[in-house]
Amino acid sequence: MQCDNIINTLAPCLVQSGWNGDLANFASIFLGVIILATFPLLVTIVLIWFERKFAARIQDRLGPNRVGPFGLLQPFADVIKLLGKEDITPAGADKLIYNIAPVMMVMSVLLIWAVVPLSPIHVGMDLEIGALYIISVASFGTLSVIFASWSSNNKYALLGAFRVVAQLISYEVPLALSLLIPVMLAGSMSLVDITQAQAGMWFIFVAPLSAILFFISSQAETGRAPFDLLEAESELVAGFNIEYSGMKFALFFAGEFMHVFTNGVLMAVLFAGGYIGFGGLENSIPLLGIVFLFLKASVFYMLSLLIRNAIPRVRIDQLMNFNWKFLVPVSIVNVVMMAFLLKVVQALGIAPTPELANDFVANIPQTLVLFAGNVVLGLLVMNTVSSRIRKERLQESANRAIVPMGAGD
Amino acid sequence: MEILNQWAFIGMFFLLAPILPAVPILLAAVISPKKPNAIKQATYECGVETVGDTWVQFKVQYYLYGLIFLIFDVEMVFLFPWALAYKQLDFFAFLAGLLFIFLLSDALVYAWRKKVLEWV
Repeated sequence: MQCDNIINTLAPCLVQSGWNGDLANFASIFLGVIILATFPLLVTIVLIWFERKFAARIQDRLGPNRVGPFGLLQPFADVIKLLGKEDITPAGADKLIYNIAPVMMVMSVLLIWAVVPLSPIHVGMDLEIGALYIISVASFGTLSVIFASWSSNNKYALLGAFRVVAQLISYEVPLALSLLIPVMLAGSMSLVDITQAQAGMWFIFVAPLSAILFFISSQAETGRAPFDLLEAESELVAGFNIEYSGMKFALFFAGEFMHVFTNGVLMAVLFAGGYIGFGGLENSIPLLGIVFLFLKASVFYMLSLLIRNAIPRVRIDQLMNFNWKFLVPVSIVNVVMMAFLLKVVQALGIAPTPELANDFVANIPQTLVLFAGNVVLGLLVMNTVSSRIRKERLQESANRAIVPMGAGD
Repeated sequence: MEILNQWAFIGMFFLLAPILPAVPILLAAVISPKKPNAIKQATYECGVETVGDTWVQFKVQYYLYGLIFLIFDVEMVFLFPWALAYKQLDFFAFLAGLLFIFLLSDALVYAWRKKVLEWV
């Protein structure tokens, strides 16, 4: 029996053992959802520990090391502590929205996992519009941050809300534009098909520029350093979650940690071949697919941790300029270039035929052309930007030279 | 039936996904101490009482960004089917897509020139 999702495996078995068909369907869906939604939450517990250790190492500290071996039980101790903390709701807050916001934050990330192919047979649901679904679900996160900051009735939170509107909305544009490329290359929006299309060649080699654009904008979508303007500690105290305490506050952070890892998983699925390992090993032992996926995801995850800890926060005007004057134009040009090169490749007849699509060698000519195009565009963009910046600097220093010091007084 | 199952799964996910994070909140509501008082529940400010209305209007700048975002979001929705079928289409599809993208990046250039993208 071909098993491509959880429903198909459990429901027939239940019917065989004498269950009503609809009831069996319902039970299998219910169980599948519970397992799939609890999974990322459990992973998050480890991630919290890992992130704290990682940040500590970068800052030349030890990090959590008291509770359990290597401080591994620290997250559990934190949860127990947070459960006992008083939950304070500010008097002026909009209670309903205020309480919904943290739940929505976690939910927005959990929902992404519904379509992520963990291994050839472990898929929540292979939606045909998976890529579009991810974008639409991710905007729940934006909404939850707006909910939280607006309903808190706090000036700092309100400033956070302003920035959310500007930042999270803007960075969705390059995110979705760079998501177009894997869809274009795979000819499908289903994440399973996108993964399968990379059996021959990972998309990160075919379209490195889109991978970089996707990575940067997804980093901005999580609202973490260097893009953590919505909760800039030194400016807004805590930004959008300032009025939250106890478990609700913790959920915002759980959502954030989970979001970062989920972005790593999405990067792995869209650009690094998802569960595909070497030698078709994941087909014979499906559980290895999960291992491969998580290994790839943790590479991107650690990269984003590194960025978070190494790069200082940008200013709001730099942030908006970076998006609208750099990322968006570049991703538009990138889409056009990829579309053009794909047609060129087809015209030249070096595109792999559908039968050979999973063959590594058959993919090499196409990949070389597309990769070269990406590199040329990347160099061109960097050259334009640097020459423009140099011009601006020269202009600035020229202005300074004309006006002597103190002449303006 | 298959497609119905697909969306039943997503529907169930939408129903259950908020419950999982809600459980710790409810648990905390049962366990945690509750001793509210006026000062504790006051809106946080840097030491003084908060003055004036918090729920003020957004500056018009944010609406402009919102509008540009809306244009691009709609553009993307139209581009996805194009990208989906792109490999099977002939060269004309590229020109059609190019025209469509050009018209919209035109809007971006216009906004740029009009100094909408300058943060003030």
